[in-house]
Amino acid sequence: MRKEYIYHRFERFWHWMQAAVIIFLGVTGFEIHGSFTFFGYEQAVEYHDIAAWSFIMLIVLAIFWHITKGEWRQYLPTWKNLKAQANYYIFGIFRNAPHPTKKTVLTKLNPLQKLVYAGLKVLLIPTMVLTGLVYMFYRYPQQNEVLSLNISGLQTVALLHTLGAFLLVSFFVAHLYLITTGHTVTSNLRAMITGYEDLHDETTNVARESAPTASDKIAAETKEVTQ
Amino acid sequence: MKRIALALLVLGTFSALVLTALNKNSSDTPPLTKLKEQYATKPKPSVDHSLFPELKKKFKRPHDVTAACISCHNGRAEEVMHSSHWQWERTEYIAGKGIRNVGKRNILNNFCIGVQSNEQSCTRCHVGYGYANNKAYFADSLDVDCLACHDNSGTYAKMNEGAGMPDASVNLSYAAQHVGIPTRANCGACHFFGGGGNNVKHGDLEEAIFDPARDIDVHMATDGVNMQCVDCHTAKNHQMLGKMYSVSSMNRNRVQCESCHGPMPHKDDVLNNHTLKIACQTCHIPEYAKVNPTKLFWDWSKAGRLKNGRPYELKDSNGTDVYMSIKGSFKWGKDLKPNYLWFNGTATHYLLGDKFDPSKPLDINRLMGSYDDPDSKIYPVKVHTAEQIYDTKNDYLIQPKLYSAKKGDGGFWGDFNWQTSATAGMRAVGLPYSGHYGFTETKMYWPINHMVAPKEKAVGCGECHTRSDGRLADVGGFYMPGRDYNPWVERFGFGLMALTLAGVFMHGGARIVVNRKRKRSR
Ligand code: HEM
Repeated sequence: MRKEYIYHRFERFWHWMQAAVIIFLGVTGFEIHGSFTFFGYEQAVEYHDIAAWSFIMLIVLAIFWHITKGEWRQYLPTWKNLKAQANYYIFGIFRNAPHPTKKTVLTKLNPLQKLVYAGLKVLLIPTMVLTGLVYMFYRYPQQNEVLSLNISGLQTVALLHTLGAFLLVSFFVAHLYLITTGHTVTSNLRAMITGYEDLHDETTNVARESAPTASDKIAAETKEVTQ
Repeated sequence: MKRIALALLVLGTFSALVLTALNKNSSDTPPLTKLKEQYATKPKPSVDHSLFPELKKKFKRPHDVTAACISCHNGRAEEVMHSSHWQWERTEYIAGKGIRNVGKRNILNNFCIGVQSNEQSCTRCHVGYGYANNKAYFADSLDVDCLACHDNSGTYAKMNEGAGMPDASVNLSYAAQHVGIPTRANCGACHFFGGGGNNVKHGDLEEAIFDPARDIDVHMATDGVNMQCVDCHTAKNHQMLGKMYSVSSMNRNRVQCESCHGPMPHKDDVLNNHTLKIACQTCHIPEYAKVNPTKLFWDWSKAGRLKNGRPYELKDSNGTDVYMSIKGSFKWGKDLKPNYLWFNGTATHYLLGDKFDPSKPLDINRLMGSYDDPDSKIYPVKVHTAEQIYDTKNDYLIQPKLYSAKKGDGGFWGDFNWQTSATAGMRAVGLPYSGHYGFTETKMYWPINHMVAPKEKAVGCGECHTRSDGRLADVGGFYMPGRDYNPWVERFGFGLMALTLAGVFMHGGARIVVNRKRKRSR
C-alpha cells in the first residue's frame, strides 16, 4: 500500500470551512424560509447574514488560490472517460471493478466530478451569492428616500434563492453518499482530512490519463515551486 | 509564512465580523436619551392666575369666565372658533366624492351613529356652551368654553345632556384661577369616553391613560416621561395637530412618531429598512385595550327590548355592559391584537345620503392604500362592526333621533320606537325617509396610535415572519420571507431531495447486497 498526496492544506481547510458554512447557511436559510424553527427567526436572519459574509470571504480566498496556483483547471470539464466514469457508478462499482480514473494531485476530480463541481462553482454558488446579496440589499421602492434598486418585490429573488438552496441540499445528500465510493468506504474521507489517500496498487484495466496535459504540467510546476 | 499570514487574516476578519454582529448593546440611542430629558422636564407656568382680581370674582355664567379670559388673551377665542374642536367639521377632499365639509357635525359612525337631532346630549363634548338650538351659536366668541381644556384644578366638568354647559356643581371662580396648559385629564374627559363610555371607540384611548404605568404607555407613563397629550398634539393658534380617520379623509395634519424619533431610529439596519413599509405603530403597539375592554361589535337591532315596560341593562361578570335597552347588545374585547392593513394616510367616508348595497357589509370609513403605493405602510387598526339602522327603500343609512328631552318627541331613548326615531332624525338632516327601516352590517376602521409598549415588548420578527397565523397573515400584495413560498418551488425542492435520497439508498443498498454475496461466494 502506498500513500498519495491528493489535497493541499489550503484545499482541505477550504473544503471543511465551506462544508460547515454551507450547512449552516442551509439550516438558518430554511428556518428563514419557514420550514422549521430552531434558532428563532431573528437569530436565524442574523446568523445567515454572518455566515453569508464568511462564505463570500472564503470564496474570494478560494478564487485567489485557484488562480494563483492554476488549480482552477482541475474543474475544466472533459468528455474523456465521462462515460467510463458513469458506467463505473452504474455497473462497475457493483462488480468491484477498479475506478476508471486515477486520483492524483494532478487530477483530483474524476470526469463526473469535474462536471458537477464546475456547475456548482459556475452556476449554483454564484446564483446563491448573487440572489442572496440582492435579497440582503433589497430596498423597497421609495419615492425619493433611500437608494433603491427599484425591483418591485422580493418574490423572484427569493424564489431563485430558495430553488438554489434545494439544489444545494440535494447535492449535499448525494455528496455525502459518494464519499463512500472510494477505494474503501472511508478512503475519500480520510484523504480530505489528512491530505493523503491510501492507494492499493492498481492492477487491472485502469484507464489512465495518457500523456500529461498542459494543465497537469502547470500544476506540477506550481507544486514544485511551493514545496 | 505566507500561509500563516493568510490564515491569520481569515481568522481575524472572521472573528471581527462575528464580534461586531454580536456586539449589539441595548442601551438607548443618544437621540432617545435627549428626548427623554426634554419631555421629562415640565414647563413652569409663567404667571399665577389665582392672583388676578379678574378671576377672583364670582361668575354667574360660564360665559363671564370666557369674557375674563378674553380680557387678557384677546383674539384667542377666535382662534378656537377656527379649530375643528369648535367647527366639528373640516373641508376635506374625499376620493370619488370631491371636496366636502365633513366632521362630527354631519357624519355618521357605527357607534352612537350621529350628532344631528341629538345635539343636547352629544355636544357635552363640544368646546362651547349651548351648541343645541342656538342659531347664533357658532358666531359668538363668549360661547367658547376655555375651561374644558384649560382647567388644571380637576374640578371642572360638563353637565350631562346640557349641550356643553358646565355641571351645576362647578365652582367657576376656583376653576378659572387654576388654569394652565391642557393635561391628559382635560383631553381625556372627552376623548377617552367617545361612543358613550370608557374606551368604547378607540381602544387605545381610555381612562387608564389618566395615570398609566410604563407598561401601558411609554410616553404618558406617570412613572416615566409622563408626557401630556399636547406634547405631541401640539397647537399653534389653537389649531391642534392630529386628527382621526373616523371623521377626516386627507393625509395632512397628522402627528407622526418620526417627527421626534426620526425616520430610521433603530440601531439595526434590518429594522430600519422595515420603516419603509411598516408604520412604527405596527411593531410598537402589540396590543391595545390593555386595561379595559373596548367595543368590537354593536348590534342596534336588539335595542328596544323592555322588561315590564321599562328599559334595562345586562352586565357580564366583569361589569361590562352587554345589553342596554337604549343601545342594543355589544361585544367587547380586551388585550387585543390589532388588525393590519395598508394605509397611505387617506380615507374615504360614507356620507349622509350615499346609497349602498345592503347585501354586503358597508365600510363607513375605508383606509386606502396598497403595497404598490409608495406612500402606504402597514398600520394597526381596530375594526368595529355594527348592525345599524338604514332605509330599506332608499338604501341609505338612517340618522336616528336617540336623545329625547321628553317622551313622545321621537327620541329612541325615551320612546323605544325606531319608526318615530327614524322619522325625527331624518327630518333633522333633511333627507326623505321611506317609512321602511332595517338593520345592516357596517364596519369602521380606527388606526391604533397610542399605548405604545416598552421596546422589550415590541412585536418580534417571528410574529409576522411565520408560515401560519402570523400577525400579517392577511396583508397581501407582497412576498414576505418566512410567510410566503411558491408551492411549485416547494414541490420541486422536496421532490428532488426525495429522489436523491431514494437514489442513494437504492445504490447503497445494492452495493451492500452485492458485497455480501461476493464475500459469501468467496
Ligand atoms: C453568500 C451567500 C448567501 C447570501 C448573501 C444569502 C443571503 C440571504 C438573505 C439576505 C436571505 C433573506 C433573509 C435575510 O434577510 O437574512 C436569505 C434567505 C435564504 N437563504 Fe441565503 N444567502 C446565501 C447563501 C445561502 C445558501 C448557501 C443557502 C442554502 C444552502 C441559503 C438558503 C437560504 C434560504 C432557504 C433562504 C430563505 C428564502 C426564502 O424563504 O425566501 N442561502 N439568504
